[in-house]
Amino acid sequence: MTTGLTWNLIEDAHQLFSYHFMVNALRAGTIVAVVSGAIGYFMVLRRQSFVGHTLAVIGFPGAAGATWLGVSTGIGYYGFCLAGALVVASLPGGGRADVGPGGHGEESAVVGTVQGFALACGFLFVSLYKGFLSGLNNLLFGTITGVADHQVTILLIAGVTCLLVLAVIARPLLFATVDPDVARAAGVPVRLVSAAFLILLGVAAAGTSQITGSLLVFALLVAPAAAASRLTARPGLGVTLSIAIAVAVTWVGEGIAFFSPYPIGFWVTTLAFAVFLAAAGCRAGADWLARRVSLDVRTAA
Amino acid sequence: MIVTERAPGRPAPPTHTPVIVVDQAEARLGGRAIWSDVSLQIGPGQFVAVLGPNGVGKSTLLKAVLGLLPVSTGQIKVLGGSPGRHNDRIGYLPQRRAFDPTTRIRGIDIVRLGLDGDRWGTPLPAILGGRRARDARERVEEVIGLVGASGYARRPIGQCSGGEQQRLLIAQALIRHPELLVLDEPLDSLDVTNQASVSSLIRDISRTRNVAVLLVAHDVNPILPYLDQVIYLAHGGAVMGPPEQVITADTLSMLYGTPIDVLRDRAGRLVVVGQPDAHAEHRR
Ligand SMILES: Nc1ncnc2c1ncn2[C@@H]1O[C@H](COP(=O)(O)OP(=O)(O)O)[C@@H](O)[C@H]1O
Ligand SMILES: [Mg+2]
Repeated sequence: MTTGLTWNLIEDAHQLFSYHFMVNALRAGTIVAVVSGAIGYFMVLRRQSFVGHTLAVIGFPGAAGATWLGVSTGIGYYGFCLAGALVVASLPGGGRADVGPGGHGEESAVVGTVQGFALACGFLFVSLYKGFLSGLNNLLFGTITGVADHQVTILLIAGVTCLLVLAVIARPLLFATVDPDVARAAGVPVRLVSAAFLILLGVAAAGTSQITGSLLVFALLVAPAAAASRLTARPGLGVTLSIAIAVAVTWVGEGIAFFSPYPIGFWVTTLAFAVFLAAAGCRAGADWLARRVSLDVRTAA
Repeated sequence: MIVTERAPGRPAPPTHTPVIVVDQAEARLGGRAIWSDVSLQIGPGQFVAVLGPNGVGKSTLLKAVLGLLPVSTGQIKVLGGSPGRHNDRIGYLPQRRAFDPTTRIRGIDIVRLGLDGDRWGTPLPAILGGRRARDARERVEEVIGLVGASGYARRPIGQCSGGEQQRLLIAQALIRHPELLVLDEPLDSLDVTNQASVSSLIRDISRTRNVAVLLVAHDVNPILPYLDQVIYLAHGGAVMGPPEQVITADTLSMLYGTPIDVLRDRAGRLVVVGQPDAHAEHRR
């Protein structure tokens, strides 16, 4: 950025908050991190990361097309991501979670094909809109300078709605995720809940794309959730941890991006990756210790 | 063809309303009849096995009882209502592979979902839950103790052995104090010791709580001493009756229309020889 780091944290924070774009970036980043931390936890548990990534990539032609037509990119992101979610939900597998028996290899082939086509369309729109090329990086890898006031409002409304719906469906969604057959017998509308979750995932992917760019949504959608589920097997604690990690990574990433010449997508992704590695390390260590202890107990007995 | 006489010396069938009544039902899947003209009756507290070769429609029968699959003709009544109507009084354990080893969710959470997993909303943290949450926790602990899973209920379920997972899932099926347990191959993928202990666990629950059990088994031997009735399924029909009347060379030969032998080994275990698989039979 244009400003220098003084290493006086209060002074630096003061400097950071004196820029309106930076305040907006932090607001938007916080909203997005909370939503993707929560939705991401369920996405990882349902093994639908591939679908999540595809929905984010589908947002790219949406945003590129919106720029080409001169409308807000937010409209493009949300429109395309939601449309993509509806399409995946209507596929024969219905976005069924991959945990239970019978995965959906065919569905992932279809989803992958759609992903490729979406990227191609995005590049077409970019080249149709000449002189847009500098914005391409922002769409794919994120930016902190481009968040306008109205965009924060849209993110907030979408995010709050998304979290409210998640709060209503959370328990049956968890049931349908880990045990779809029993959930169906117990009266959970599994298909409906799965479709609703895909739409929430579309909203989360669209929001996250606006901060990290379409290609780096995993920094907030997957890494925090994957780290959290390695640290705990309790669903409630898992969601909380996932949100906390996503928010922390976003704040620190945006802070560093403000003082460094490198883009926000890079910083947020790198930090998220570091947290994930640390969590994976903790898990491996804990498992090793548990094995040692049980081995000792068995030898002692 | 239906055989319903009971062996002499067995208790008379209970007089109160049956738990399951199947009346000349037919199930169709993908345009063909899986089984037809099936009639059965199961009373409270009865322990009943569903037997038959692979692909003959045993799981389909359980799904029909649960209302997950409508029958094309005939009628099924479960706990006095149409199938699916009283599923909150039924514990169900579907046929499955084991959970993926990387599934990061605890057994106790899965058991808890059996209690209120169908309710909309988000569970509150334990400290904010109040009395209702305390009751729920006590019920979860009670049922986990009942199946003897206390030692591993807090481990991620993916890291539990097949037998441990099966016990936790039985706990999940039991948590609402069901009147009927519908278990699809619960002994599959268990070693012999676990087969014996899980089947005697199911028998004890059936006896002490008067729970009717409808259990699909690949091998009848681990449960043979506990059975009140068996249902033998074949393409086109079913035979129901006490095991010593149904698992015989004559009855099975008649059911399948080909010669079948039932042998007994020195330990008293039954071996059915010459039983066609469902596909060979389909070609016939
Ligand atoms: N959705 C379906 N569409 C068409 N046929 C099916 C379907 N599901 C199962 N089947 C067929 O129905 C038959 C009975 O299946 P199932 O009840 O699972 O058998 P079992 O449990 O006795 O092994 C099998 O031959 C199977 O191929
Ligand atoms: Mg089966």
